[in-house]
Amino acid sequence: MHELTQQIVSGLATGSIYASVALALVLIYRAMGIINFAQGEMAMFSTYIAWQLVQFGVPVWLAFGATLIIAFAGGVAIERIVIRPVERANQLTLVIVSLGLFIALNGLAGWIWGYIVKSPPPPFPPTAITVGGVAFSAQDVGIIAVSLVTLGLISLFFQKTKLGLAMRAAALYPEQSRVLGIRVGWMLALGWGLAAVVGATAGIMIAPVVFLDPNMMQSIIVYAFAAAVLGGIESPIGAVVGGLILGVAINLLGTYVEAIGNELRLAAALAIIVLVLVVRPSGLFGKPSVQRV
Amino acid sequence: MIRVCVVAALIAVLPWIVPSFVVFDLIFVAAYAIAILGLVILTGMNGQISLGHGAFMALGGYVVAVLAHAAGWPYWAGVPIAALACGAFGLLIGLVALRLAGVYLALATFSLAVATPSFLKHYKSITGGFGGMSLQPVTVPAGIPLDPQRWLYYAAWAVAGLAFLVSALIVRGKFGRALRALRDNPVAAVSFGVNPYVYKTLAFGWSAVLAGVAGAFYAIPTAFVSPDTFSFALSITLLIGAVLGGIWTFWGALLGGVVVEFLPLVAQQVNAGAPSVVYGVALILVMMFVPDGIAGGLVQLARRIAPRPAPPPSAEPSPIATSAPLGAIGGGISDPKP
Repeated sequence: MHELTQQIVSGLATGSIYASVALALVLIYRAMGIINFAQGEMAMFSTYIAWQLVQFGVPVWLAFGATLIIAFAGGVAIERIVIRPVERANQLTLVIVSLGLFIALNGLAGWIWGYIVKSPPPPFPPTAITVGGVAFSAQDVGIIAVSLVTLGLISLFFQKTKLGLAMRAAALYPEQSRVLGIRVGWMLALGWGLAAVVGATAGIMIAPVVFLDPNMMQSIIVYAFAAAVLGGIESPIGAVVGGLILGVAINLLGTYVEAIGNELRLAAALAIIVLVLVVRPSGLFGKPSVQRV
Repeated sequence: MIRVCVVAALIAVLPWIVPSFVVFDLIFVAAYAIAILGLVILTGMNGQISLGHGAFMALGGYVVAVLAHAAGWPYWAGVPIAALACGAFGLLIGLVALRLAGVYLALATFSLAVATPSFLKHYKSITGGFGGMSLQPVTVPAGIPLDPQRWLYYAAWAVAGLAFLVSALIVRGKFGRALRALRDNPVAAVSFGVNPYVYKTLAFGWSAVLAGVAGAFYAIPTAFVSPDTFSFALSITLLIGAVLGGIWTFWGALLGGVVVEFLPLVAQQVNAGAPSVVYGVALILVMMFVPDGIAGGLVQLARRIAPRPAPPPSAEPSPIATSAPLGAIGGGISDPKP
């Protein structure tokens, strides 16, 4: 029983990482209808920046804060420079451009920092927290706490601030927003910045677990896709719930179902993606979209 | 036609003028070209975005390897079996793909590409697991006066020639028109009586056959397969080749094969990360400025140097260059009911 509880908590920890990356995907998808294949690589790159700052002697948490600011600027810059020119192009172009971004960031990280796996500074002490006789790792609890705070802040920002409202308006009704004086282009860029920040938080939190190398996010992005699809690719709440469900489910399947084990976890995520898309493409929380022909 | 003959002649004489290690590279160019041809037909002509063609190559390569390793088949006998197996698998995936419009198919095939090595590692008893398995080295049939490497070179390019020829015959007529119609305007295509289910599934099947054959020729030269041979990067490499070469024409597949084989060899000398940076930046720039890739760029260049009164009718306008409506490629209707 204790072991099961531990496995669930550790599933929630990885699940909250999937949730964060999935939320970053959803933010961009809602705003522009783009699946950002480079989301994981943006997070990976930010994590390297955090690692580099710590290497320079910056205190750990200060380095993380600075990284988030850099990530935000990077996200805005990517939207302005790379995405803007192809914004109105067809799906194939958008997929290829975001893949180009994926490959370029991956290669750039390898170029600057090399392909040797690094062990990044853990943001949380390697101790255990005991609740009711069950020991949880401080890392898991910390990851869950930080992710929930981040997600909460994002939600507050979109619900309670004027800027958040403007960004939602720009995403849903670009023409009308423009008439009302909202600078739609910049709102979309801000959305990329925010998505980059959410992704960077996830990258920094998970790096001590998966270790730091240019391919660290490759399977995490697949889990995040699965989470976003499961929750409904247009639903922020869906992304979070989907991520948490997926984290726990994959962890339990991998631990207790012999046939899946460690290696077929990715295959399980693939199966979820395909199954949801075939059976219920709108996911758990999305509204089925109807198109007039 | 003249261009085809010139290229064929060039391919025939190349192994006698270039050094031996380049001949080895050129065998891989043939494999890449066949696989990228599959993407040109599926993604370029039919608008179904596949980021997971490495999975079909993996199946093809492993069919040959398993037959050679476990059943003792000669390496060449496995190639048709690989084609058949991949065709069947491709039809199956094609049926699933009917339900996934545009970007969702990209997402699912991306995940397939990432998950492929873990499948190969998991089913150890068949695939040899993490360490992979080896095949017998290539032997030349009796009576043919060639060394093994040149023999394999000619075999690979003969198969590639066959693949291009059959594909050209397939997409020339009704089939090709149906594929393009379903890409450009699914609603109109369906109302003209084109059955989207049949054509899209068949396109996926044929594309997978090509990838499977390519996978076989990807495994045979090194006489070795492992999960890392068919990593996620391979799937991405194929898409890169298609886009840079030119995803709208068969010439793009050939040029793409050359680019993805030789560009990394050059760029690697700068830094291990350099090929990826070059690829990534090139993908973005090509999509922004020359969506027709190298093949389209060359045609444009040729026209600028020697302008013709009328453009040749075979030149296919790219849906990107013309102002295609948003989501024209697979993004519109996922499930049009006839």
